[in-house]
Amino acid sequence: MTDASMPSATPETRHKVSLVTPDARTQKRKAAEKRFRMYGIAGIATGLIFLVVLLVTIVSSGMGAFQQTFINVPVYLDAAKLDKNGNRDIDEIKKVSTFGYTPLIQDALLQQVRDAGIETPLEKRGDMKALISASAAAQVRDTVIENPDLIGQTVDFRILASSRVDGYLKGRVLREDVARDKNIDATHLDIVDALVPLGVMQKTFNLAFITGSDASESRAESAGIGVAMIGSLFMMLVVLVLSLPIGVAASIYLEEFAPKNRITDIIEVNIANLAAVPSIVFGILGLAVFIQFMHLPQSAPLVGGLVLTLMTLPTIIISTRASLKAVPPSIRDAALGVGASKMQAVFHHVLPLAAPGILTGTIIGLAQALGETAPLLLIGMVGFIASNAPDGIASGLLDPNSAMPAQIYEWAKRADPAYYERAWGGIIILLGFLISMNTIAVILRRRFERRW
Amino acid sequence: MPVLWLSLIVIAISVAVFAFGRQRALSASGGDSRGLHSLPVYYGANALMKAIFPAFGLLILWSLAQPLIIQNSISGMIPESALAEDANIGLVMSEVRRTADGLDYAIDGGFIDEATAENPNADVVGITQTLRDAGQIVTSEITQPILRAAQAYREMSTTMSLLMTFAVLIVALAGGGWGAMQSSRDFRARNVVEQGVLAILIAAASVAILTTIGIILSLVFNTVEFFRLYPAADFFTLLEWAPSFSGRGGASSLGILPLLWGTIYISIVALLVAVPIGLFAAIYLSEYATARVRGIAKPLLEILAGIPTIVYGLFALLTIGPLLMSVFGEDGTGWMGGGRSVMTAGIAMGIMLIPFVSSLSDDIINAVPQSLRDGSYGLGATRSETIKQVVLPAALPGIVGAILLAASRAIGETMIVVLGAGAAARLSLNPFEAMTTVTAKIVSQLTGDSDFASPEALVAFALGISLFVLTLGLNVFALYIVRKYREQYE
Repeated sequence: MTDASMPSATPETRHKVSLVTPDARTQKRKAAEKRFRMYGIAGIATGLIFLVVLLVTIVSSGMGAFQQTFINVPVYLDAAKLDKNGNRDIDEIKKVSTFGYTPLIQDALLQQVRDAGIETPLEKRGDMKALISASAAAQVRDTVIENPDLIGQTVDFRILASSRVDGYLKGRVLREDVARDKNIDATHLDIVDALVPLGVMQKTFNLAFITGSDASESRAESAGIGVAMIGSLFMMLVVLVLSLPIGVAASIYLEEFAPKNRITDIIEVNIANLAAVPSIVFGILGLAVFIQFMHLPQSAPLVGGLVLTLMTLPTIIISTRASLKAVPPSIRDAALGVGASKMQAVFHHVLPLAAPGILTGTIIGLAQALGETAPLLLIGMVGFIASNAPDGIASGLLDPNSAMPAQIYEWAKRADPAYYERAWGGIIILLGFLISMNTIAVILRRRFERRW
Repeated sequence: MPVLWLSLIVIAISVAVFAFGRQRALSASGGDSRGLHSLPVYYGANALMKAIFPAFGLLILWSLAQPLIIQNSISGMIPESALAEDANIGLVMSEVRRTADGLDYAIDGGFIDEATAENPNADVVGITQTLRDAGQIVTSEITQPILRAAQAYREMSTTMSLLMTFAVLIVALAGGGWGAMQSSRDFRARNVVEQGVLAILIAAASVAILTTIGIILSLVFNTVEFFRLYPAADFFTLLEWAPSFSGRGGASSLGILPLLWGTIYISIVALLVAVPIGLFAAIYLSEYATARVRGIAKPLLEILAGIPTIVYGLFALLTIGPLLMSVFGEDGTGWMGGGRSVMTAGIAMGIMLIPFVSSLSDDIINAVPQSLRDGSYGLGATRSETIKQVVLPAALPGIVGAILLAASRAIGETMIVVLGAGAAARLSLNPFEAMTTVTAKIVSQLTGDSDFASPEALVAFALGISLFVLTLGLNVFALYIVRKYREQYE
């Protein structure tokens, strides 16, 4: 910057300056040194800030999904409406659809509002619709069908509130927004404000989010990630069962038996390149080979597992080879020296010693596969409502299901703040799995790692 | 599930011949295993191997070949007249398959009986209705030829499955029996078994090659099919991406250039975020940081790499997008029309790539020999001067390689752009505009589609092959640079 000062700093003037007081040029260099160091710290700090912002966003946006607003309401199960002939015949009761139950629930809630003495312009039973989840009627109906003797009695129910009410209590839906909302208006929110202190409306822990199944687009309040979790579990089973043996066998061959020739070279280059192929390309492969050519069922966890297996194989092979390489040759030599065959030396001595490393690599590979979304989109694990939990191993593998990341994507696509909250909540659960898997891997490594 | 049962039976046979082969060897040496060439277990394993491998091999090959054979003989059955309107044998065949599956399902559910399902002169309207009632998706009315073909399909697959069961069982028994009969005092069972195990190991290693071949074949075949329906020159040169939704391909313009531009633009933004941050972080970690700071900061940064991309996608869509909108949107400078844009996706992707750049560069900077630094210090250079004028130039090829690897990651990234970049293909320079990428379009053209007959679906394979070639080229080039650089200092 101050090049002009350079010529003036002639040798004669320079050695008059004491070494203790640095001259302009030294000061400049020192400042540059400090600046450069700051850039480095800034780089790391920015990275860490991004990490913190990301985690804070996830937790603060997603915690809401673990809480849900419920309404405690005594519903009078009117025999005249639910069982017109009065003979408690289960088939006749089943004929009454959820439309028959909705007015009963709305009446019950309206009664509650009146009993509480809340002043409100809403006096019709239909006005209560905005407060109650669309799935409440199904819940009451299921209870009645399970236990027809309840008809004619007043039964206490704990039903879901609608997603707008839930959002209002969680601060997601604001009074200003409600003016433009056709589903709910401010008078409803007045009722909510009055009912909450009475304990009629309650926000409690929402187990159904963790165990439940997906719901249709308009019923965000009853959607859960449980079924998708089972889908992910089956996929991970397929990945584990296939990729661990194949990966270990391939690594043993390449590391211990393969002659140094062209074919081995080709395989090695191949594996290195497969590790860098974009995951979506594996999705295309799965679509073309498993679905188009082999006619395996679409959206099945089996197909998802196969695709993810091919994707994780390179990761597992690379880490397995590293841990095989870490076993010192003296072990092999000793085994060979007492008369073991090469195969016996590898399987009886080298492999057990490399096992912790292999396991760690496998867990990390599985964690990667668990979070992968793109290939699942192509084999059809999105775009439908994963509502039924599988009832066996075969149906778990072959029936259409979703997977956790695919379910999160599905919710993100639905463009409803209530579903966004579920998506963040799903991410918390997904990250919970990933963190525990990685922690297990780290502990295994610490506990069993041997250095020779 | 007959295949499952068949596999279980084969496994049971193998276990039986294992015991038998082992026993035979032991009794051949009078119950003393020391008289045998190999340990008794190897004689059993020899029999087991000979029972299980040929049987399962046959099972797999047969299951792969059966649909092809049936398909070929059935498609000959469908008269030309049935093709008049659809003009596509693939569509008709999938209808036949659906009908056959539907019939199976309806019989299982008790909606129709076996006799009706096999009656070639059955009332087609009635059957269509029955299948609908059974909850099967029947796209249109089943016609007489399709029903006949479906019936023939069912009959053939039943016969062939039966044949397969017998063939597999015979092979298992014959192989296992032969293996067990080989057990004798002087039979070198261990050598044979080890040969077999080696064959398995080689087969496992070649899965990687098969995967690559599978990727290339599935991409190439469908791309050739696409170029038959749509001119290749248009695909590579048209400046417009506008697929028609009719599925007939008449008015679609499917040019890859706007998608490629979106991909590259977003990757550039991502690299502009990731490279400075990652590089400075790497320099600090490798040159300045104490072991303690390094031990904490490095794993923390690497957490960013372990977070699934769907999380970054959601972060882009719901956090970065609204944030950018509040600054550059209508309330701010007015450059941005919606939350989805090149910037939105690029920033999220950049965050994802930071640890990628920093880890790789860290390794590379660490590989620069200490003697170079010592020489520079000896001449009186400060630390930052040494880094800027000695270490970085020495590490430059490796760092370029690392950046290229990061670029290839960015180009192949899918979820972030699907959620954050938008769906409109545009050739524009404004980074606040929504654009789309090759990967996002692959997803949108293929999601939920199982019939690949229209150019609109097949174009995804052409996009896929372009993506594959692009990322592979970048990777090979980057790895070449990195390796060459490593050799320089080893």
